[in-house]
Amino acid sequence: MAEQEVTLMKGNEAIARAAVRCGVDGYFGYPITPQSEVIETLALDKPWETTGMVVVQAESEVASINMVYGAAGAGKRAFTSSSSPGIALMQEGISYMAGAEIPGVVVNVQRGGPGLGTIQPSQSDYFQATRGGGNGDYNVIVLAPASVQEMADFVDLSFNLAFKYRNPVMILSDGVIGQMMERVVLPPYRPRRTEEEIRRECPWATMGRTKDRRPNIMTSLELKSEVMEVHNLHLQEKYRKIRETEVRYDTWQCDDADYVIVAFGSAARLAQKAIDMARDCGIKAGLFRPITLWPFPTEQIAAVAQGRKGILVVEINAGQMVEDVRLAVNGSTPVGHFGRLGGIVPEPDEIVDALRKMEN
Amino acid sequence: MEKEIIISGFGGQGVLSMGKILAYSGLMEGKEVTWMPAYGPEQRGGTANVTVIVSDERISSPILSTYDIAIVLNQPSLDKFEPKVKPGGILIYDGYGIINPPTRSDITVYRIDAMDKAAEMKNGKIFNMIVLGGLLEVCPVVSHAGMEKALYKTLPERHHGLIPLNMQALEEGGKIISRMAR
Repeated sequence: MAEQEVTLMKGNEAIARAAVRCGVDGYFGYPITPQSEVIETLALDKPWETTGMVVVQAESEVASINMVYGAAGAGKRAFTSSSSPGIALMQEGISYMAGAEIPGVVVNVQRGGPGLGTIQPSQSDYFQATRGGGNGDYNVIVLAPASVQEMADFVDLSFNLAFKYRNPVMILSDGVIGQMMERVVLPPYRPRRTEEEIRRECPWATMGRTKDRRPNIMTSLELKSEVMEVHNLHLQEKYRKIRETEVRYDTWQCDDADYVIVAFGSAARLAQKAIDMARDCGIKAGLFRPITLWPFPTEQIAAVAQGRKGILVVEINAGQMVEDVRLAVNGSTPVGHFGRLGGIVPEPDEIVDALRKMEN
Repeated sequence: MEKEIIISGFGGQGVLSMGKILAYSGLMEGKEVTWMPAYGPEQRGGTANVTVIVSDERISSPILSTYDIAIVLNQPSLDKFEPKVKPGGILIYDGYGIINPPTRSDITVYRIDAMDKAAEMKNGKIFNMIVLGGLLEVCPVVSHAGMEKALYKTLPERHHGLIPLNMQALEEGGKIISRMAR
């Protein structure tokens, strides 16, 4: 088996193929552009014949997320994927999973909104992803891949985080990363966990009651508010721990930079090109790329902002992450924003122009 | 070396496949590659384009403002991408159906009548390979051997019998591409 073989594939295909190799037990989804290749690849590869992974085209996004709830509630590694309008439909299920502490994974290959919007790339679901998205005080862990390789790598990482904290994890991608082909090395094959392993590692899972313990119940409902407050405090304590330990980010050419661009996912790739172009015309710029959007690298951005002439937040939206950056920078450095809307992806020279405007 | 290439033409003409073969060939030669389609509501008869970057180093943006090489296969594509070729860059166009040919004098313009050649060879399907042969003649982004390897890798086995014909088309493309006077 040439497991370490370098191949060329789309981000969406990488998600599907990495999942099969990471011992994922189930995928439940409903097609939508620009992420349909996830379920198409799974249908083509037929993992149910090899690893035993279940693949279901559900009747809707609402059904998909609740199938993930059910499977993950039984301790299985289960995930779904969709694009913005479909992810909006899933928010109820995600909130319930956060409440019941169910470790599922959701992939959002974003497209322009609001509403049905367009099918072209966008990053306008940042608020929805990082603020919980559904009702109640909760957070999901949000990872933002910037390459096809990270699409593949973040699948296993997402499941590890989801089970470590018993919390939903979202991979927040977009139409650029989903549709683009790049070289990728897929993870090696790992078998799915056995029932025995799940029983041992997930004592909370609903796998059928044994004689010596009380039934496990997965629910987000609790009618006594005193009990519900205790549950909420427990969740908040968990989120505090996640904020403390799971922040991930990357920096590039920041050492001598007068200007730091903060960008995630595909926007960070566009920004890298813009930084090269800006340096060619004498503007020293660097990149700070949050990899976890929640927890957000607040302290790290505060530190990187020190002594710079300006921070430019580049997003494919009207200005969402820029709010978190402003909170982090807290007035120490001017913070600007550049973005395009509705499915238009900014070209690198537009970002250079935005940098120039900050200079003046 | 980094080559930033846009290929644009009619939907259904094989523009995306052409980019895919090019990207795969780069991969076969151990290079970094990105392949980024304009995946909007393109359809047969409309226009479609794909950006392919082949590089010795890590590639930053898969989406670009300007290109080293533009391969344009219809008038709307020529109109759109001629202004986006970097000064000193290359524009390759198929003369079929072109009413307003390229006018820039700060780039090198090549014409390849691949549509006519494919008709002459009585196989419309090898049009793509003729165009790619022209590209490799004027700018060897990848080698013919790399491209042959890519074809074996990407085509299903039942079509492997067609690879010699495709390689022949690649050779023909190299022969018929011609530089236009400034």
